[in-house]
Amino acid sequence: MFGTGIIVFRETLEAAMIIGILAAATVGIAGRSRMLLGGIAAGVVGAIVVALLTSRIAEMASGTGQDLLNAGILGFAVLMLAWHNIWMSRHGAELAYQARQVGHAVRGGEKTLLTLFVVIALAVLREGSETVLFVYGSMAGGEATALQVLTSGGFGLGAGALAGFLLYAGFLRIPTRWFFAATSGLILLLAAAMAGQMARFLVQSDVLPDLGNPLWDTTGMVSNTSAAGVLLHALIGYEAMPSGLQVVFYITTLIVILSAMRMLRYRKDTISDF
Amino acid sequence: MVFNRLILCIGMFFSVTVLAADSEMILTIREHRFEPSELKIAANQKIRLIVKNLDATPEEFESHELNREKVIPGKGQATIYIGPLKPGRYPFMGEFNQKTAQGIVVAE
Repeated sequence: MFGTGIIVFRETLEAAMIIGILAAATVGIAGRSRMLLGGIAAGVVGAIVVALLTSRIAEMASGTGQDLLNAGILGFAVLMLAWHNIWMSRHGAELAYQARQVGHAVRGGEKTLLTLFVVIALAVLREGSETVLFVYGSMAGGEATALQVLTSGGFGLGAGALAGFLLYAGFLRIPTRWFFAATSGLILLLAAAMAGQMARFLVQSDVLPDLGNPLWDTTGMVSNTSAAGVLLHALIGYEAMPSGLQVVFYITTLIVILSAMRMLRYRKDTISDF
Repeated sequence: MVFNRLILCIGMFFSVTVLAADSEMILTIREHRFEPSELKIAANQKIRLIVKNLDATPEEFESHELNREKVIPGKGQATIYIGPLKPGRYPFMGEFNQKTAQGIVVAE
């Protein structure tokens, strides 16, 4: 019975981490809460739709439809996070400064709020559709009553949401000086983690070669099934046994976003208009 | 020198044709159990694994050792490519029914 809650918690955790970190990164931008809640709501609706269409999606592309859909969703989310981070490296410092000066949320962040909305909706959709399928399966399975499944699942969902909130609250305690580097650093790692996951879907559907699987094995140090492994996986995409392609995707994403952030970084002498 | 290159080309050609002819295996899920629970496959070869779920409820095929994770819909099927694997034992499970849904790929 406890199992339902644990699985729901694990599925929720990743989306909750993404929501927590993005909520922290956009503190001080007017209209943030509305976009955040809107993203969650859109994601939940999307998750139910995808769950209902699972059989049909699974049959597509000779049985690899689901992998291609997941890879597409992750790829799009990576682009959005990249854009968000590059935008913030250009405007974030000004925004944060202004917000502190005027003591309330500032306008001008609408563009990046849209990426917030999309990334949160996609994260909830992806993790949520699996959760919906699992909860449906447990209820139909007949081992436990629907009420037991929903109660246990509810606890898992609550625990996941709490973890996301704690991450958010923790970030808000970081001093201003470090805050910007901390949030954009973690978003960078989140984007790389998503790119790594995308690589796995492209390998298991035979779209791309694995380039060595596993490339290394650190299960002995931190196993992916341990609490630390689960947390590290959700936060920075830790894999104990990554394939070569996952490592390539991870590192390439890191380098590309980081160089774009550096090249387009806000300087006092430049006029920013994107 | 030219001869060596020729041999290399022929070798590459054959390895490509071997890859192209992926062998296919079928894994069935029935009453939250995998059949067969021990799947013997050829080592160093890519396998097209077709997972058929005869149950009405969905299952998630998951294996850290194989680095694979995929939902198999109820009364449905999906394809997972695995390998080429070194000889060895690679456990997998159904995440939604871990108590019963356990299996192992044996590559030899």
